[in-house]
This record gives sequence, structure tokens and C-alpha cells, in this order.
Amino acid sequence: MNDLLQRALDVATGSGAAYADARWVSRGTESLVVKNGALEGAESSTSEGIGVRVLVDGAWGFAGSARLEASAVEQVAREAVAIARASAVARGTPVQLDDTPPAVATFRTPLSEDTFAVSLDDRLAILFDADREMSGQAEIVSRRGHIDAGREHKIFVSSSGARIEQHLSETGAGLEVTAANQGEAQRRSYPQSNGQHVTGGFEAIRALDLAGNGRRIAEEAVALLSAPQCPAGEMDLVIDSSQMALQVHESCGHPIELDRVLGMEASFAGTSFLTLDALDHLQYGSEVVHIDADATAPGGLGTFGFDDEGVPAQNVPIVSAGRFVGYLTSRETAPLIGRRSMGSSRASGWNVIPLIRMTNVSLRPGSAGSLDDLIADTRDGLFVSSNRSWSIDDRRLNFQFGTEIGWRIRNGRLAEMVRNPTYTGITPRFWGSCDAIAGPEAWTLWGVPNCGKGEPMQTHRVGHGAAPARFRGVQVGVGQW
Amino acid sequence: MVDPVEALLEQALARAPTPEAEAVYQAHDSALTRFAASAVHQNVSEHDATLRVRLVDGARTGVASTNRLDDEGLRDVVARADAICRRAAVHPDPSPLPEPASARVPAELGLAIATRDASPVLRAAGARAVIDAGRAAGLEVSGAFLTETNAIAVANSRGLRQSHRGTQAKLLTVMMGDDGRSGYAQATASDVGDIDAAAVGEEAATRATAMAHPIDLEPGDYPVILDHYAVQVLLEYMAYDGFSAQALEEGRSFMQLGERVMGDAISIWDDGLDPSGLPSAIDYEGVPKRRVDLVTRGMATGVVHDSATARRAGVSSTGHGLPAPNPWGPLGWNLFMAGGSTPRAQLASGIRRGVWVTRFHYLSTVHERRAIMTGMTRDGTFLIEDGQLTRPLRNLRFTQAIPEAFSAVAAISRETRLVAAEYSGINARVPALRLDRFAFTGATASEGAG
Repeated sequence: MNDLLQRALDVATGSGAAYADARWVSRGTESLVVKNGALEGAESSTSEGIGVRVLVDGAWGFAGSARLEASAVEQVAREAVAIARASAVARGTPVQLDDTPPAVATFRTPLSEDTFAVSLDDRLAILFDADREMSGQAEIVSRRGHIDAGREHKIFVSSSGARIEQHLSETGAGLEVTAANQGEAQRRSYPQSNGQHVTGGFEAIRALDLAGNGRRIAEEAVALLSAPQCPAGEMDLVIDSSQMALQVHESCGHPIELDRVLGMEASFAGTSFLTLDALDHLQYGSEVVHIDADATAPGGLGTFGFDDEGVPAQNVPIVSAGRFVGYLTSRETAPLIGRRSMGSSRASGWNVIPLIRMTNVSLRPGSAGSLDDLIADTRDGLFVSSNRSWSIDDRRLNFQFGTEIGWRIRNGRLAEMVRNPTYTGITPRFWGSCDAIAGPEAWTLWGVPNCGKGEPMQTHRVGHGAAPARFRGVQVGVGQW
Repeated sequence: MVDPVEALLEQALARAPTPEAEAVYQAHDSALTRFAASAVHQNVSEHDATLRVRLVDGARTGVASTNRLDDEGLRDVVARADAICRRAAVHPDPSPLPEPASARVPAELGLAIATRDASPVLRAAGARAVIDAGRAAGLEVSGAFLTETNAIAVANSRGLRQSHRGTQAKLLTVMMGDDGRSGYAQATASDVGDIDAAAVGEEAATRATAMAHPIDLEPGDYPVILDHYAVQVLLEYMAYDGFSAQALEEGRSFMQLGERVMGDAISIWDDGLDPSGLPSAIDYEGVPKRRVDLVTRGMATGVVHDSATARRAGVSSTGHGLPAPNPWGPLGWNLFMAGGSTPRAQLASGIRRGVWVTRFHYLSTVHERRAIMTGMTRDGTFLIEDGQLTRPLRNLRFTQAIPEAFSAVAAISRETRLVAAEYSGINARVPALRLDRFAFTGATASEGAG
């Protein structure tokens, strides 16, 4: 493979590219879905190919192909150069890459038990056990459990001399149950909607104890059918750790992508309120809010050795004591703010170019103790858990989230369950109202396996650590019910 | 000469060690030129093809896929599917592979040679035309120009043999300027020759220019005009949880067959064979697409089926299956809404105070059973006063049960327009709608940091 990749570089530079890189990626996945007591889906997939990216006269060109014979790889390199030349019809400021030194290195995800090596019988036993726990109530209309595994072997080379080989391993699992009656349908998930996903091995799946939580979520789904509607108004809001992860994702993770800030995503998901003048100046949140982007976090779904431009994984501050201090960057964009790439340029596969993507963008734990401590410290409010809906405007300011379940908090205790909870806010005001974050004992590093960005759309895997947190005076119960 | 794709599928079936098998070939040749800050910043091309093999041994099933289509890849994919099938749990209620249809579908419906052969130079010229239109209006231009060819071929051990190839071209732009100006336009067609890049640029530039100095509007219920782009995305989201037989089975759908779910004037259907959409003649099980009338004059009249939901419901598949294994159920992705009798330019006539919405951004379903959705307006929101668009508005958030909103239809535009989804592939030919009430529940911050 190294010879083929080198051939791609030689053809690209020989055809006029001032810079070229080539990635070979082989990705395999296995997924199992047990639904309503039956194995509904068992699938193994593989995809392998090469992508060549070139800079010609300061403009990018990219081509990818699954064909790996030498003639096809040479054709891909020539096509990338031709495409870059076509860009000159409407070229902007010539691209200048930063001075990241070319690395020669390898990386392998640490794991104890390779999910691919765990027998189908053992994996299915976990799902069937959990399915049995979710069954037994007449109102349950759908039960679903899944276990997923992914592995990626990739080699990156560049005309600057980088040679990087990585073996990444991921795994994930989750449960979802739906209850319905004549007029209502309600869903509960475990451990969060879409399950939990990590880099690592099957030890993470065993630790989830799916069966031990199946009955509880089924009972909660049924109870939600007759629970009162979430009240409307301004209220103190305690958000569980997994919903906090999505809150960070939408209102911090996306707006700190520097390509978005520079308008490169304007025609798709929009721009960002975190414009260049905000860096090191804007008070993004209250002083208890600390957020970092850590591609080195053990087990994070956004953890790797090097990004897809050959930049080493790093941990960088994003929000420090509430102040906005850092972006996610690439080799093309970092010099525009006088910095070197912090290593977040990632491609979802061989067939697409790297874009600035989240790594593990995490809210650091606070000092408010456990979730129980946080609730005990709240006189009157609402506690919400597990994401159900999500929406944010094209500058990442006005957001609205729905969760699967909520409870009123009265006098420091969880009181009655409420259904269809929603809350809405404006990003900096909302984060400015954060007055307490639970401690390390309540902090979880969640995986989001379905983050979409770019055209053509790339679905990528990112991580967010978070602990439950409290926000004062939030608008809840949006809409007419 | 034997078609190489047909030969590949026959080889896959011949290697199957199980009594029944299905082989699905999907190829994707796609090129996209993306521009931002009034310059091309991304220019990409991709060629990929995947073979998916489903092996069925009585009540056991295994599925594997690969994009390695040589002999070794073929051997490997069959072996992986077989390994899963042998060890899979017995399904208590297995769904059989579909039987062959009586006739082959039009295999190249919606295939345009000009799109298939589109060059990066052609796409860059289209980008240039859009950029020029925006620059002339003093706007910063972003957008994307896509040309792609998609092929699917399906064969199974029951004798089913079907294939289809189609093309899509899509050009979209967002133009922005000082003082809150922002405008959107999109054109999509099977044939790239039907896309007028200059017209797309002009539409967006005109809209953006009209958006200068937007004002705030107090959230509340207002009469609303939803332009074509806004209507498409509402149908797209109803397709996920509303128009699917599986969603209906599981009590998640707002559809109650035989009951009134929307106003008299609303008719919605799915038709993969209508060339005025973006045709897709078969589904991923090789079943020919049938027109399905989903909502007829306000009554819920049908949902889309794949083989599994059709068997459970005692009906035939309508040709809306996704690739196996598919726990998510069927999906309609060739949607249509009937046009009305009012010229689009007259839709606002008679509205004392209302809102014109060009498009919605980032929808999410808040409550599936009631089809309550939330999202933001974007790139062209205007105040209507006494039948005229008088002022641009800052973006608004809505939280609204869509069937309820579609029950209060005051007028439907005579003109319909084909609108491509942003990324899902659920395209729709739709009119613009005038609704008596639409619930706006919030507004974006008037300044960046709120």
C-alpha cells in the first residue's frame, strides 16, 4: 500500500501539485439489532479506498476511488489535479498551510477485548437478555437493542514527508423502548438516545449492564403515557449528563469550528456567532464553565493519534472560566488566526476530504458533587434526561431541545414525572445562567456517532464529556400541547 | 456481451451456500464544487460501488457488504454473510425475499447524459455565474453545485432481476451581506442542462437584498405563507415518522388511515416513476415503485411499505424498502403535493398581518405521534402587512403540529417546484402554501452575543 500511496503523490506532484496527500482507509463494521425478541439485523460491512488531495496554484482538488490498482490510483491523482485547476475559475485567496512538521508515526486504540472477536452468541445473549427485561407490558409496542463495532486501518502520506499508520477501534450499544396507547406514544432509551459509543473494546459494552436497565426504561415509557405535560414558563433547570453532552455539541462544538466561522459551511448548516473578534474576549458562559477539546481522552469517540492532515492529537482549552479562548482548526485555517493546527481535521472515509470536526469537546466537571447533591441544592425546578429532539439556528444562538423524560424538583427532591419536556434559550445567555456543575463522580464521556457536516454530508464520530449541570431561569415547556 | 453488473450479481447468487439469497449492487459517481466567500474552496469527486449480499436459510438471515468487487472481495462478502447467517438467531416471523415483478421497470428513467458526463469546468462555470450575481448585489456568496449518477441493480434467488440508473444535478446558494441580508435559492433536476445558474443567483440575490435591516417580530400565532423550500422540508420530516407503515404499526405516526388528518385541499403522494420528480424506479429490494396516495383531499389514505411491513399488513410491497437489514422500516423519497389555483404571487393577498417563510433550518420532531416539529426560519423571512411583503424579519423559531397547520389551508399556489432535500435524498415537488395559523414560539437574538 505504501508504494501505491507514494505513486499517487508522485503523479500529483508531477502533474503540478505544490502539495499532495494521500489516504488509504479500510473500514469494517459489524452491527446487531434485536427487535421485539427477534434478530432483526445482523450485518458486516467493509469499505476500502484511496483519497488524493492536492493543492495547485493555491486551490484544492480531491478525488477518491475504491479501485486500488496502480493505473486507477494514478488516474485519481491526475483527476484531483484537474479538479484543482478547474477551481481557478473562481479562486479565492491562495491556500497556505501551517508549518506542522511532518510526522512518521503509528497509533493503535488501546482495548482489552476486541468486539469483533466476541462471538455472535455472546453478543446476542446480551441483547436478548435486555429484550426480555423490556418486555411484558401491554403498552410496549417496540423494543430494540443494538451492539455495534467498527475498526479502521488507515495510512496517511504527504508530499511533505509524513507517514502515519493508525488502527482505530470503536464499539457501542444501547436500548430503546416505545410505549403507545390510543392517543400517545412515548420512548425511553438507555444509556442515552442512540446508545453509548466509545473507542475501545467490548469491555465497554459489558460495563453498560443493558439487561439491568431494560425493565426500568420500559416502566418509565409506560408511565410517561399518563404523566402530566411538562409545565411551561421560566424555571431552574437541571440537565442530566447525556443531554448536557448534546447541549455542548450543538451550542459549543459546532460554533467553534473555524471553517464554519470563516463561512465555509454557510450554504449548508450556517455560520457561527463566535466570530474572530470574539476570540479571547467574549464571555461565553459563567465562570464555572470550562470546556476543552481533547483528542487524547481515553475512550472518547473523538480520540485518535493523528488527524487526517497528519497533525498529532491534542488537548486545547475552548472556554476557560466562561471566556471563549479557542477554536477547532485545520492546517489551512489555523494560520488565519495566527496559530498552528490543533489537529481536528477529519474525514469520515477515504472518499471525502477532511473537514474541521469535533474531537472530544467536553464540559469539565465542577464542584457540585453528585446528581443527587445538585438536585438537593435546587428548591424548585425541572430535571430533564435523555435527548429526544434538537434544533439550533444558523448562527448557533437560538436552540431548543426536547428530552424523553423529566421530573419536577420540589424542595430538593425529585417529585412527579412529566412528559414531553422541552427547553429553549440563546447560547451565551444560557451558559451564563449556569451556576453549578456536578463533580467528577457524575462526569461521563459520551459518544455521538452521527454528527453530520459538510457537502457531501459526512457523518462522523465525536465525543463529549459532561456532568449534570444547573441553569437558572430557563424557558421550558415550549409550544401548545 | 454480458453486462458486468449483472454478471457480478449472478456470481454472488451462484456462490450463496444458502437456499435463498439476494445481491444488491449500488454505485455512486458524484462530483461537487463548493464555494464560499465568493470563491471555490472545495472541489471533489468520488467513485464507489458496493455489493450487498443477503443470505436466507429458513428463518436465519445474514447480511454483508463490500466495495471490493473482484473475485476475492466476492468470496469474502459471501463468507461473512454466511458466517452471520449460520450463527444468527432464528427469526420467529421471517420476511421472505420479494418475488419477481411481471415486468422490468424503465431502467434509465431520469438518467441524463449531460449530468453523467458533467465536468469540473461546467460546475465551476455554474458557481461563477452564481457568484457574479451575488457580487453585483454586493453580497458574499456560498453554495454548492452537485452532479451525480446513482445506479442500483438487484437480483435474488426467486428470479427477481431489476436495475435502475438515474442522475441528479443540484445547485444551491446562500448569499449574505451587511445589515442582516441573507437569501437562498436552489434548483434541482435530473438533467444539469435544465439548471439555469444565473437564475439561481438572481433569485438569491433579490431575496437577500430585500432582507436588509430586518426587524424583530413578537413570537405568536400568525397567518403564514410557506414557500416551496419550506414545504419540502416539512414533507421530508413527515416521511420519516408519518408516512411509513412501520411507524403506523408502532403507534408513532399521526396517520390514522381512513380519517381526516389535514385540510380538504391537501393531497400528498409518493411516486418514484414520475419524471417531474427525481425518479427512482425500484427500491433496495428490487421491488418496482408504485404510486402511493398518502393523503387524499385531507384524508389519510395510505402509507409506504417494504416487504416486511407489507407481509405483516397482508398487502403488497409498494417498493419503498431500504437496504437490508432494515429495522427502521420503509421510506418514501419521491414526494409530491398537489398544487392549487392561486398564483404564488397572489398568496399573500388579503393577509392583514402575517409572515412569509422562504425556508426552514434544522428541523427536529418534538413529538412523533402529533408530528409536532420545531425549527428556525432562514434566508428570507418577511412581514406581510395588508397583503404586501413590507419588512424583512429576524429569524423565528416555530413549534407546531404540522397536520394541524395543514388543516388550516387558506390557499395553495398553482405553481409547483421540485425541491431537493439538503442531504437525505427525500425530494419533493410541492406548491407554496398559505396557512391561517402557524405557531412561532421564539426569535433569534438580534445581536451576535445575545
